Amino acid sequence: MDALIDLLPELWTATYETLYIVALTLFFGGLGGLLVGLGLYVTRAGSVLENKPLFVVLNLLVNFIRPIPFIIFLAAAQPLARVVTGSGIGNNAIIFTIALAASFAMARIVEQNLLTVTPGVIDAARSVGAGPIRIIFTVLLPEALGPLILGYTFIFVALVDMSAVAGYVGGGGLGNFALLYGYRQYEPVVTWAAVLIIIVLVQVVQFFGNYLARKALRR
Amino acid sequence: MAVVSLRNVGKVYPPTARDGASVTAIDDVSLDVEAGDIYGIIGYSGAGKSTLVRLVNALERSTSGEIWVNGQNIAALRERELRRVRLGIGMIFQQFNLLGSRTVARNVAYPLEVAGYPKEQRAARVAELLDFVGLSDKAGSYPDQLSGGQKQRVGIARALATQPSILLADEATSALDPETTHEVLALLKRVNAEFGVTIIVITHEMDVIQTIATKVAVMDQGQVIERGPVFEVFSNPQAAASARFVSTVVKGVPSAAELAVLRERHAGRIVTLTFRDSAVDQKAVFGELSAANVAFEVVYGGINEIQGRPFGHLTLALTGDDPVIDRVLDHIRTLTTVTEVR
Repeated sequence: MDALIDLLPELWTATYETLYIVALTLFFGGLGGLLVGLGLYVTRAGSVLENKPLFVVLNLLVNFIRPIPFIIFLAAAQPLARVVTGSGIGNNAIIFTIALAASFAMARIVEQNLLTVTPGVIDAARSVGAGPIRIIFTVLLPEALGPLILGYTFIFVALVDMSAVAGYVGGGGLGNFALLYGYRQYEPVVTWAAVLIIIVLVQVVQFFGNYLARKALRR
Repeated sequence: MAVVSLRNVGKVYPPTARDGASVTAIDDVSLDVEAGDIYGIIGYSGAGKSTLVRLVNALERSTSGEIWVNGQNIAALRERELRRVRLGIGMIFQQFNLLGSRTVARNVAYPLEVAGYPKEQRAARVAELLDFVGLSDKAGSYPDQLSGGQKQRVGIARALATQPSILLADEATSALDPETTHEVLALLKRVNAEFGVTIIVITHEMDVIQTIATKVAVMDQGQVIERGPVFEVFSNPQAAASARFVSTVVKGVPSAAELAVLRERHAGRIVTLTFRDSAVDQKAVFGELSAANVAFEVVYGGINEIQGRPFGHLTLALTGDDPVIDRVLDHIRTLTTVTEVR
């Protein structure tokens, strides 16, 4: 317990770092996931921008990247992270890699949520002369908003998880904190303090996500 | 002038599996819908009627033939050019297809947004439309707070927003109970009468055709097998499928099984008389029977009003001396069609 009290400043820094990594990866990964997910949805057979080759490519890409265990993906994507962010280690590289992995995970969630929109409302929009881009922004996204918010809440938890794993390869945050000061120093209390903060964080975000989704669904 | 004119239209879906067969949904259909018509298209599920109506606003593209809408062959247009054409064609759906994320008023405003109406004009037009369908008090409600009939009225208001000259109704009442169905049909009749909108109604319910249509086409296996004014098709269906549809609303000649039951219950000879329009004087027919002292009993049938004209069949059980009955039936044959069922 004394060890923890001594480490409190580091704990707060780590919490802040986790929030920073998760916020940025949620933004970039979420955006990437939205684009790839929308791409998957609109290019599939019978959809508003049907394009079989593009669909096949996107689908393969998602299926290729998603099953890679994240700790291996971190290592595998390191050269790419170095090209994009200028360094293979540190928070920026970590943020890039997490956002990339999250994009493909989120793409499937986005695609699945868009598929729950009844095709009939798209027919209705087409029947009044709406084009594909307008349909995406005025029909698809608003109609799927509730489930999409829940999807993003879900991915938030995965991002916290990924950011902790990234602690193993030089990323900052609560994962790194727990490993460095808890696990390696034989201080289970320190480890549990990091876990507790993660649990609280996830609970708060889940609550908030549920609240927003309820509002979107008017339930 | 025909506002919608189909010329040898075909729709063939390519095979879904590599070695599968292609599917012909519409097979060489030609059809003319005149301005101001309420044109009913009837057929069993899978007959191709939904596909046919979706060709008219090009939600699905034809694979052959010409589709003339307001003097323009839309089969030759590209998707981008079609968007403007669609502003002139409203459509309502079986499942209403309202946007759940928008209020009633914003659903009705949607086509106006697409068409680029200025904001002030939109609000005025939405108020006008909601007043027309009787839902002014629901402007701020969401679709999931409405009943089925209310949803369809919103659908109608939305379809009429850009003042189209044509309205397509794809099974628009099939998800509604009979009472609500008649409310919606009455509204469609008003749309036709007050705004002169030409309406194409797809349905599998003969009752709907009977209530609002002026002309009807019967579809079977992707083809139009019979067409004409509703009264003609109802009173004298030529194709077997048409006859089956007609029998769901017009009690016609008893089937073999029904006849067997009638025979068990009634002695004497059984004849079916056809009453068509006021051309047949019922009083004269029954007068003949009474005068000849032939006892009769109505055992089957009914008389319907179709477009304000009476039509139907009555099956009678006659008891009396055979020669007398023969003589009186000969008299009645000069008045109407008599079919003796043996």
